[in-house]
Amino acid sequence: MYATLIFFAILFLIPVYMVLVTSFKSFSQVSLSTMWNFPTEVTLDAFKEALDKLLPNLLNSFALVVPATVISAMIGSLNGYVLSKWKFRGSNLIFTLMLFGMFIPYQSILIPLVQFLGSVGLYGGIPGLILVHVIYGIPITTLIFRNYYTEVPTEMLEAAAIDGAGFFGQYQHIILPISIPGFVVVIIWQVTQIWNEFLFAVTIVTGADKVPITVALQNLAGSQVVEWNVQMAGAFLTALPTLLVYILLGRYFIRGLLAGSVKG
Amino acid sequence: MRQGEPLISDRLKAVLILIPSIIAIAIFVYGFIAWTGYTSLTNASLAVGSGEYVGMDNYVDLFTGLRHERFRTDLVNTFFFTALFIGLCLSVGLLLAMLLDQHIKGESFFRTIYLFPMALSFVVTGVVWRWLYHPVQGLNALPTLIGQPPGEFRWFISQDRWFVFNWQDLGGYISAFIFIIDIVLVAALVYWNRRGGRLPGFIVAVMLLLSTWALLEGPQQLTALRRPETHGFNLAIIAVVIAAGWQMSGYTMAMYLAGLRGIPEDLREAARVDGASEWGVYRLVVLPLLQPITLSAMIILGHISLKIFDLVYALGGGDNPYIDMPGVNMFFTTFRGNALGRGAAIAMILLIMVALVIVPYLRTSLRSEHEL
Amino acid sequence: MKFYKLFGMMVLVLLAVTAVAVSAQDEAAGDLEIFSWWTGGGEAAGLDALIARFSELYPDVNIINSAVAGGSGVNARAVLATRVQAGDPPDSFQVHAGSALLNLYGADRMEPLNFLYEESGWMDQFPEGLLDLISSDGNIYSVPANIHRSNVMWYVPGNLEEWGVTVPETWDEFINETCPTLQEAGIVPLSVGQTWTQMHLWENVALAGLGVDGYNGLWDGTTAWDSPEVMQVFETYGQILDCTNDDRDALDWQPPAQMVVEGTAAFNVMGDWAAGYFLTDLELEPGVGFGWTTPPGTDGVFIMLSDTFGLPIGAPNRDAAVAWLKFLGSPEAQDIFNPIKGSLPANTTAAIDDSELYNAYFQDAYEDWTSNTIVGSLAHEAVGAGEFQNGFSEIIAQFSAEHDVETATIVAAELAADTLVTD
Repeated sequence: MYATLIFFAILFLIPVYMVLVTSFKSFSQVSLSTMWNFPTEVTLDAFKEALDKLLPNLLNSFALVVPATVISAMIGSLNGYVLSKWKFRGSNLIFTLMLFGMFIPYQSILIPLVQFLGSVGLYGGIPGLILVHVIYGIPITTLIFRNYYTEVPTEMLEAAAIDGAGFFGQYQHIILPISIPGFVVVIIWQVTQIWNEFLFAVTIVTGADKVPITVALQNLAGSQVVEWNVQMAGAFLTALPTLLVYILLGRYFIRGLLAGSVKG
Repeated sequence: MRQGEPLISDRLKAVLILIPSIIAIAIFVYGFIAWTGYTSLTNASLAVGSGEYVGMDNYVDLFTGLRHERFRTDLVNTFFFTALFIGLCLSVGLLLAMLLDQHIKGESFFRTIYLFPMALSFVVTGVVWRWLYHPVQGLNALPTLIGQPPGEFRWFISQDRWFVFNWQDLGGYISAFIFIIDIVLVAALVYWNRRGGRLPGFIVAVMLLLSTWALLEGPQQLTALRRPETHGFNLAIIAVVIAAGWQMSGYTMAMYLAGLRGIPEDLREAARVDGASEWGVYRLVVLPLLQPITLSAMIILGHISLKIFDLVYALGGGDNPYIDMPGVNMFFTTFRGNALGRGAAIAMILLIMVALVIVPYLRTSLRSEHEL
Repeated sequence: MKFYKLFGMMVLVLLAVTAVAVSAQDEAAGDLEIFSWWTGGGEAAGLDALIARFSELYPDVNIINSAVAGGSGVNARAVLATRVQAGDPPDSFQVHAGSALLNLYGADRMEPLNFLYEESGWMDQFPEGLLDLISSDGNIYSVPANIHRSNVMWYVPGNLEEWGVTVPETWDEFINETCPTLQEAGIVPLSVGQTWTQMHLWENVALAGLGVDGYNGLWDGTTAWDSPEVMQVFETYGQILDCTNDDRDALDWQPPAQMVVEGTAAFNVMGDWAAGYFLTDLELEPGVGFGWTTPPGTDGVFIMLSDTFGLPIGAPNRDAAVAWLKFLGSPEAQDIFNPIKGSLPANTTAAIDDSELYNAYFQDAYEDWTSNTIVGSLAHEAVGAGEFQNGFSEIIAQFSAEHDVETATIVAAELAADTLVTD
């Protein structure tokens, strides 16, 4: 049993091994015949070069992820509150119609999206991409918060209502204080998704200095001499923030993962 | 519904809070889909004077136009990719979940390792695996470390093909398949009727529609190409399956593990008391209870595999037909070929494929909630 | 559209929050965005040198170098097309002369530059044939930065001697004699890369097989794509592919070129930007570290492409863009850029005779440019740009495995009928 577990662990870690040994090599050390060997001399050259090339894009990604996540988490929290505690006729249907939006292939809205963003002057930069992620993030954030708030006993809200708290009062005094875990799950989910996203990023943002990190990493692969050590270092840098989130907050990360699949 | 008689204005506030999201989704999801649908009926491109209404031409062309072999290859690739990818993720995921469920030491350590690829971008996965798939070295060189000859498989640039068939014959196969399902369905209906059960009307309705379509030779029309055209299982797909499976099988494991943890120990204990072996406990008690999770996992994985774009893009770019998928083709047709109309048609077909998987799932989710 | 305005308002409200978090992304006055696919090696170095000099001349203009990677601009074109569709063009962008410029962008997207040509006296300085490729109805739509040649075959003279082969005169000789000899010695006879480099090889084979008139006829409809002659071209091309490296679909253009100078491959057919790569990146000496000739059967013909820059309608900073174009076409700029990039100057008043600037390869190529028959390149959009080229790259990609001549020619014929603008 342990043998099987360890065998799979090794399989899962092979790419990590490859990224690390390659990225700590200098360009002259990267040769195909010694691809699997440890670097004969550990150097940070590749990381320096990758950081040099990708730093602006890393910053772009942060500038994208932070506002997009915060806004979509706030919207999701309010929507989830309404859809779990203030249900009205047709609210379940609206919820289901919303959920459909998180499953569609985004290719099917891409052409109008590009034309729309162009016509309102948001095409080409990070603000447009933020808007896109906020809107297409509504379904999943709403879903997670709605499921979370469904667990909150209605009696608590009723008690608050008797004390005279209205719609926002109940939200502010009852719901919001107990929402921290929900926010953590949603924020982690959105951060990972938006950081890792590629299709919107590659079609909506233009200019080497404006694109987020995923696009820049892909472009790194397409240029001149194939500097595998720099590419691997770039891949490592791209993966690092979400990996850190995963390692530090793994429990919530998994909860977000499962929320995407568990029925609404 | 709450009993506490909230003020009517509170109720209004609740609806008002929701309205911006409703409008956003209505426009950005449904409105844009309609827009894409309309574009797919035109010959829109960057060229001057384009955008005329051309009816279903784009769709007909994709299935039967000589120029669009790439799209048909995409469909075949997607079919094999989806099947293999789901199969790999489910089997690895279930195996790992069952092993981890044994209350072993270091569980969280192993779980962390199996799940970490989920935190990565498909682009990172693609870039890293492209290096691992280097045709001469990379994975192919691993056997040489233990003195074996190097691997010969060329991974994502392999041009080998199995199960070769002619596209023109595909329509006949599809019809035959539909009729076989019909026979199975009728048999099931008879059987279930005796037992007093009912098959979901949804399935029956779909099968009736499909059968009519087959009787009218719809599948044959769909594959009525002027010349023979070979397709098959492109082995290069295996490279995409492994990279995607590496990333997603931990996710499946997490789903199964959550399911396993949800099964009360009493149930297993009861089976053991009844004399079931440990394997018997799994076969008789655990696995049946995991069925809904398998279904959810299949749907989640299935819609991911149908939509796949970034991994293929990062692995091979847009000109490798052996790993091409509709999502990639749509991007290149639209933004390199400037054929917006046809790109939109590919996008709509992609949407329909995903909707076929997702809509029934959402319907049952909604319904099961009403029953609560 | 009304709904745009309505929704635009909502968007603005939503973004008001965002704007605080994201520092101003909007370009300040004086920014000039130049879009190209020059991201590496001599190309990028040449562009950087141009930008440096331009910045000295116009210190108030801040150049934003938007370069998107991807050989032959495949990705860059996709990105650019997206931007044009969205109505957000850069101030000035790279576009190949010929059908890419005229059919894809043309009169409704580009501003005529005749005023610039007249004001700078360029009408007589740029070759007439080149001006034809960037003009329509008497309007000139771009400024050529350089001239490239597609039909060049690279090799290392010393290696050929060692392996006992000579430069083949015809493709038949290559297939029947050169290729088997080299394969026996374990050398890749001809290195090639992914689809666009295969298309590049194909156009060279097609020119050899069809001759100048036959090749030009492909674009104006006088050569039928399913004719026996074109079928023969594909036949030959398929046999040539059998003499190439089989990891070709994983490589961009540089690794195949590198295979030649490293001695694992004998020949490589690639445009003369490879010269820049050999000279600048690999620091090889022309004639020794690498040698060149025309691919078999294309002697006396010059398959050309030209990188040009145009002025899109709606350029955000038109004044700066005009200044950039005026600088780009000047002999000074051409002599800064081309020696580094590894290309010929398009402006005939440039100092081509200066051997400090232009080495033996360029002197040689310039002579051909002024004396040879000129035809346009397919792989580089001088002919058949846009949907035809996209479709043809699918044909080439399919052909790579199956070598199915009949299918390739029939599909190409249908593609040509649907997409080539014949005038």
